[in-house]
Amino acid sequence: MAKVMTRDRARQWLIQGGALLALALLVLFNLLFTESFLSLQTLNVNLTQVTTIVIVGVGMTLVIATGGIDLSVGALMAIAGTLAPLIFQALPGGWGLAASVVLPIAVAAACGCFNGWLVTGFGIQPIVATLVLFIAGRGVAQVLTNGNLQSFDNPGFAVLGKGQFLGLPVQVWLMLVIVLVASWVLQRTVFGRFIVATGGNEKAARLTGIPAVRIKMLVYALCGALAGLAGLITVSINSSSDANQNGLGMELDAIAATAVGGTLLSGGRARIFGTLIGALIIQLMRYTLLAHGVPDAAAMVAKAAIIVLAVWLQKK
Amino acid sequence: MMKNKELFGVSAVVVLLFLFGALRYENFFSAYNLLEFGRYNTMFALISIGMAFVIMTGGIDLSVGTVAALGSVVSALLSPHSALGAIVAGTLAGTACGLVNGLVITRMRIQPFIATLAMTLAAHGLALLLANNQAVSPSYETGFTEFGQGDWLGIPVPMWVLLVILVLAGVAHVYTAFGRHTLAIGGSEEAAKLMGLNVNHKLLLVYVLSGTLAGLAGVFLAAQGSGQPNEGMGWDLFAISAVVVGGTLLSGGAGSIAATMVGVVLLGLIFNLLNFENGLGQFTLSSYWQSVVRGVFLLIVVVIQARLLKKRTH
Repeated sequence: MAKVMTRDRARQWLIQGGALLALALLVLFNLLFTESFLSLQTLNVNLTQVTTIVIVGVGMTLVIATGGIDLSVGALMAIAGTLAPLIFQALPGGWGLAASVVLPIAVAAACGCFNGWLVTGFGIQPIVATLVLFIAGRGVAQVLTNGNLQSFDNPGFAVLGKGQFLGLPVQVWLMLVIVLVASWVLQRTVFGRFIVATGGNEKAARLTGIPAVRIKMLVYALCGALAGLAGLITVSINSSSDANQNGLGMELDAIAATAVGGTLLSGGRARIFGTLIGALIIQLMRYTLLAHGVPDAAAMVAKAAIIVLAVWLQKK
Repeated sequence: MMKNKELFGVSAVVVLLFLFGALRYENFFSAYNLLEFGRYNTMFALISIGMAFVIMTGGIDLSVGTVAALGSVVSALLSPHSALGAIVAGTLAGTACGLVNGLVITRMRIQPFIATLAMTLAAHGLALLLANNQAVSPSYETGFTEFGQGDWLGIPVPMWVLLVILVLAGVAHVYTAFGRHTLAIGGSEEAAKLMGLNVNHKLLLVYVLSGTLAGLAGVFLAAQGSGQPNEGMGWDLFAISAVVVGGTLLSGGAGSIAATMVGVVLLGLIFNLLNFENGLGQFTLSSYWQSVVRGVFLLIVVVIQARLLKKRTH
């Protein structure tokens, strides 16, 4: 038993270590070959772009840990991002601003609950259940704005994406807090243990009295809420909301970050810090390719290869 | 028995929608509308046939949309040289994508949805690279566009092609070992393996088939308009919805090609009717409603299927 434990530990270290090593190599490569890589601006650009992947990735990690998947995160980002400007433009002032942050996140969480309800109440596979909102969700956001770009100038709302605190963007602080809290919850709380147990063996978890249905609902709701927050951040960074673009392809980035970070895609093991590292690798890889003149389209092909490779390595 | 009842229900909805359209809109039941309906929806029918086989094995192919886009770009680029060459190359581009999907799934043992989601990205990227980020006009001089826009004996060429493929797919599904093995793998991959089936070989074939049909769908897209590197978003979902509406279980192990076609007609009809409704001008529904309607539709069907499945197992 002890031997199995240590071997398992060693494997985990290898996976996590491998991801860290890959990240270190990427940084080293950029330090040597990318002009002005070591500047505050580069750091800020990369951090700004990676936050939404990390925040959504944390939610995705929790869902995947229960043995599920959520394809609807990008669409939920679009919904939340569309609602916010509609709210603070209809309701000026402090209350409107507060509502424009709270309500969209609540709506996204409700959508997550809906996903969880389909999965637990009807026994529909998570891929199919979340496919419904993956299709319809972005459509709803587009219908709300008729597909038009909503531009706005709202200094209060801009803090979320453009504000600074102690030299770092506000959203980066948000991301760090979310990562720390999620990691603490997973490792130190009963709820966290229940999540992993549900994904490990749902039947056994149920028989030992773990409320698997409620755990799953909560996890999908959390994933929805985090996607909603990410959608707001994107909108705040751009000072405009584009329902056609907000969160497009995010499901793949979030799943990739989770997989690269060492979370088992079949459930039962979650690595929040791994997801952070995975997201950093994906972001830095894209930055490196673009900084060296590789067209965005080619970077897409490279990303696809990296995702497949990462998931494959993780299985070894 | 249950399966027939489901198919009967969906077919009844199709007939009702046809009746509704014929009574409400003046030109709905015209030969022109019906033939153009068939011409346009051939693309979706093709990817749905491929998707039906994939889903029967218990897998999923999320890449058919962008693979079709890649096929459309490849064939449009080659159309000035040779019409036949363009058709073959566009289709083979899809075959190649399907082959990669199949190899990643069977050799690297990566879940179909991740492998094909990654392919979505790769095919889109390749299409953009080849097309230089813009739509590619096909050549009218080599006769390539006739493949999409032409008629033969009064029926659109795409519908003839679809008819041939439908017959082949139906025969393959019902009468050949390939069809039965596909269902066996979907029923239980473990059991299929123990029976001595070469599961990997069959899975590979299924994804190659899906990719090939997606490539061919792309050829039609190019021949009917242009090579579109950014097209194909949501096509995968159309195909999945059509297959599910047709009663093929998403858990694998059951399904029929004919029922999938009923699903394609049903989904296509909804959009055709929406267009006519907009034409009446009493109220306008933007094209964005399409995805909402699609999603709601998928939801209803999936929930009904889940309930039936529960009843059957109890």
